[in-house]
Amino acid sequence: MTTGRGDDDAPEAGAPDAGAPGTADPASAREHARRQERLRVEAMPTVPATASAARPPGVAAADMLWDETIGGGGYAARELHRGARLRLTDLHGDACVAMLLFNAERPVERLNVADTVKVQWNAYLGAGRLLLSDMGRALMSILDDEAGTHDTFCGASNEAGNARKYGAGANWGPTPSARDRFLLGCAKFGLARRDIHPCVSWFKGVRIDRDGNTQVQVGPYPPGRSLTLRAEMNVLLVLANCPHPLDPRPDYRVSAVRACAWRGAPAAPDDTLRASSPEARRALWNSDEYFRR
Amino acid sequence: MSGDGTAAPALAGVVRLDVVVPARAPWSGRLRRGQTLRIVDLEGNQAVDFLLYCADDEAERYSAQDTICAQGNIFLRTGSTLLSNEGRAMARITGTSVRYHDTIGGACSCESNTLRYGFHTKGQHACVENFLQAGSRHGLGKRDLVSNINWFMNVPVEADGTLGIVDGISAPGLYVDLLALMDVIAVVSNCPQVNNPCNGFNPTPVRICIAGD
Repeated sequence: MTTGRGDDDAPEAGAPDAGAPGTADPASAREHARRQERLRVEAMPTVPATASAARPPGVAAADMLWDETIGGGGYAARELHRGARLRLTDLHGDACVAMLLFNAERPVERLNVADTVKVQWNAYLGAGRLLLSDMGRALMSILDDEAGTHDTFCGASNEAGNARKYGAGANWGPTPSARDRFLLGCAKFGLARRDIHPCVSWFKGVRIDRDGNTQVQVGPYPPGRSLTLRAEMNVLLVLANCPHPLDPRPDYRVSAVRACAWRGAPAAPDDTLRASSPEARRALWNSDEYFRR
Repeated sequence: MSGDGTAAPALAGVVRLDVVVPARAPWSGRLRRGQTLRIVDLEGNQAVDFLLYCADDEAERYSAQDTICAQGNIFLRTGSTLLSNEGRAMARITGTSVRYHDTIGGACSCESNTLRYGFHTKGQHACVENFLQAGSRHGLGKRDLVSNINWFMNVPVEADGTLGIVDGISAPGLYVDLLALMDVIAVVSNCPQVNNPCNGFNPTPVRICIAGD
């Protein structure tokens, strides 16, 4: 059906309209290329981010860092600095955003999902929880969560699984996998296949029943649920918006997510997260220690 | 003898390796496709942290997430197939006398110990140290550490998501057999953790055998 990248609502780019220049010579080809700037699709970034229409109340335009809508099957990778907020919004109720997270300064340090659930004594992510690295530090904290359906257990889809399920799984095709999108996002920051670590997924949940069975929560949900994270270190994140590997629907169903980021301060000395548990207190201390320089 | 008095079945094929891994120590070895690896919990309730890498391409390795997703359950039991991060079958549990094993509890580290128990634990030995040591002999480093298996360890998840390492369900002599479905490198930490019940607060030796052609 579509590429899954949200560009199915665009006029066919490159098709000549009446009076448009041909492409027979370089000058005409240049004119043809430059006329395309007017095109708009859902899945695109707002550049500059300071012009974002999704700027939250109370945030100055100059503090906006990023505004990008990632279509179904799409991905993005970006660095955010300590204190930055990242808001992910499930625009149409069917997003599934798998995330890799690295210490941007030293990406050998990265999100450790096992430590994140074990140290915080709970399998489920939501407001007030931390995303922990493999070095005992808080990489990000979850400030706000309207969704309540996230997954720490099942990880990313892969090419073989998508090929079995949808008939095709190639990264260049209509039904790419989260793992392959991760590969591209990582590669653009000099990271390799071996750096693709166990991930968390936002907006689709997996609960565990008393026999250890996985129960997937795919909705779809009402549009507009959002999740707000705060960077407690300088982080590199890779987002892949692909159907959840346990999604029971036979076709490739996933819808756009909007990622917005703005400047802010990391956890203050009196931040309530520090008092939420002794483990959280020490994790945030460890992040503070890392920045004593 | 196992906890219920039933001995582990004899391993098929020629025994190629039969070693005792000391308490707190690392171990690594290669398994060829078709060989069986047996780990015996000699003294009961000893967690054995475990990772597998494809011998031909170490970037392909055991994936707890792919495994849990495919089997629809967090517990590893007889019949569980251990999948790689590319979704390929690396090994299968062909037998075990323990009700289930863990793959969500991760490996202890000096760094996470400071979060879980306090900064006084920073200098204690931990599984990540063993993984790095053993892995270094195969060109594997910190970037290659991912969610592992913990043989003989018990991490239940309650209805509200509360989870933790609790008293073990293993016993002296219980075992797990793993059939290699591709050529693999196994990296092991005989867990040295003393701050929670994963080793019954007493790290002990385990026996590792490899059998087959």
